[in-house]
Amino acid sequence: MSHGAIGLDDAGVTLHGTPVWQHVTGSFAPGSMTAIAGANGAGKSTLLRAILGEVPLATGRITLGGLRAQDFGYLPQARIIDRAFPISVTDMVLGGAWRQTGAFGAASRAVRQRAADALCRVGLEKQAGRMIDALSAGQFQRLLFARLLMTDASVIMLDEPFTALDAPTTQDLLALVREWHAQGRTIIAVLHDMHQIRTCFPHVVLLSGGQAIWGETARILTPGTLQRAYDTPQATPWAGGPA
Amino acid sequence: MSMLAGLWEPFATFGFMRRALVASITLGMGAGPVGVLLQLRRMSLIGDAMSHAILPGAAIGFLAAGGLSLTAMGLGGIAAGLGVALLAGLVSRRTHLAEDASFASFYLTSLALGVLIVSARGSNIDLLHVLFGTILAIDGPALYLMAGITTLSVCLLSFIWRPLVMECVDPGFMRMTGSRGALYHMVFLFLVVINLVAGFEALGTLMSVGMMMVPAATARLWTRRLVPMMALSATVGMLAGYTGLLVSYHFRLAAGPCIILTCSAAYLFSLITSPAGIRAGGGSSPFRSH
Repeated sequence: MSHGAIGLDDAGVTLHGTPVWQHVTGSFAPGSMTAIAGANGAGKSTLLRAILGEVPLATGRITLGGLRAQDFGYLPQARIIDRAFPISVTDMVLGGAWRQTGAFGAASRAVRQRAADALCRVGLEKQAGRMIDALSAGQFQRLLFARLLMTDASVIMLDEPFTALDAPTTQDLLALVREWHAQGRTIIAVLHDMHQIRTCFPHVVLLSGGQAIWGETARILTPGTLQRAYDTPQATPWAGGPA
Repeated sequence: MSMLAGLWEPFATFGFMRRALVASITLGMGAGPVGVLLQLRRMSLIGDAMSHAILPGAAIGFLAAGGLSLTAMGLGGIAAGLGVALLAGLVSRRTHLAEDASFASFYLTSLALGVLIVSARGSNIDLLHVLFGTILAIDGPALYLMAGITTLSVCLLSFIWRPLVMECVDPGFMRMTGSRGALYHMVFLFLVVINLVAGFEALGTLMSVGMMMVPAATARLWTRRLVPMMALSATVGMLAGYTGLLVSYHFRLAAGPCIILTCSAAYLFSLITSPAGIRAGGGSSPFRSH
């Protein structure tokens, strides 16, 4: 997993003529674990998508440190996935082996075993034969993590991975993220829970007023920066402690 | 004619009935699976729009060939359908209009343009043929074209199965894996267009989409597994073709509408009797097991 840092150099994105964020400079070191925080509409998901080349830059540039598209694993927001589509849990997880199977290749026995192991790792082994619409929100998020396991990516990008999940599911999935980090993978996650960011993510990018404040979590997440980012009083519960 | 003989004798006696039967079986086989995917992608309206969008191309083919020619009208229809699909996609990417809104604008324009072209040069009968089809007048070359399109459609669908399914469920993930989701989307729209073109000599530009959407809606009420859903959709279409032709023959009714109305009868029956029909209400799937 040797690769350089992912760097943004004076990067800016404009959507429908409106600047989302401008003059963003900073880097994600290899093996780092960084949260992206900010109010709704601050451009957190856009930042992920810009790194993945999904959103064109209006200014500046993004360097990937020698990483290729297949080195990235991406967990989209669950709400953009069609959960009513008739596909089984196993077939969904096998989608994560895309780089091995390609568009037309068959899933080998080894790939199927990896899919079974991935489902087992997230506690979904009993749901393997079910259709995805039979899963609860928590189970579905576990499924997306299992698919991400299959990608074996060096850089893992998570877009709101723990939104609307109960505490046990969040803890299980957070443990998986920590495991990935311990394996030397780079983690970049869009998160809302400040307590989670403070306790688990050493680095943070706080998107605020079209700018990015980038650095160590303890230094960046101060009551003052949070107030500016969220435009709310400092006394909000999440600003100082657990959500 | 005994009741039993009435089920097969029209086809044994008349060549045009046999050709109509083969045509409707071919159409059901090709359009059924495509219709299922169209519905699962929440693109039912786009299927309807595309059926109108092929009209000006078919009309130009009609003028160029000097009459009803499936080859000329089919090629024109494919060109017009793909043109509208590309334009609508372009507009939805470049403006804030959703794809269905831009499709709606283009297809109404296409429909008006198509009717204008046919009525300027052809007779009212020609216009009726283009809009509603002439399944009892299908000839050998038209059957070969339909069979060719169905074969191409089923093969192409099998070939791009995995990317198409993944693109339906989670287009974002597909893009992130470096796959060309937009390419598969266009191939799928191509499949929609060619199946509509296959159907329009038989059922007309206005009704050919019925063979695509109604059997698919019926199948969705009976199963939630994708492959059986497609197989059932194709079977419903083929059986509706056979039944519709028989009803049309024995009651001296127009064949095309009889076929589509038989599809509709199967749909209504399924709505009332299937576990996912009206008995299930509007809530969660009755198949769901927690």
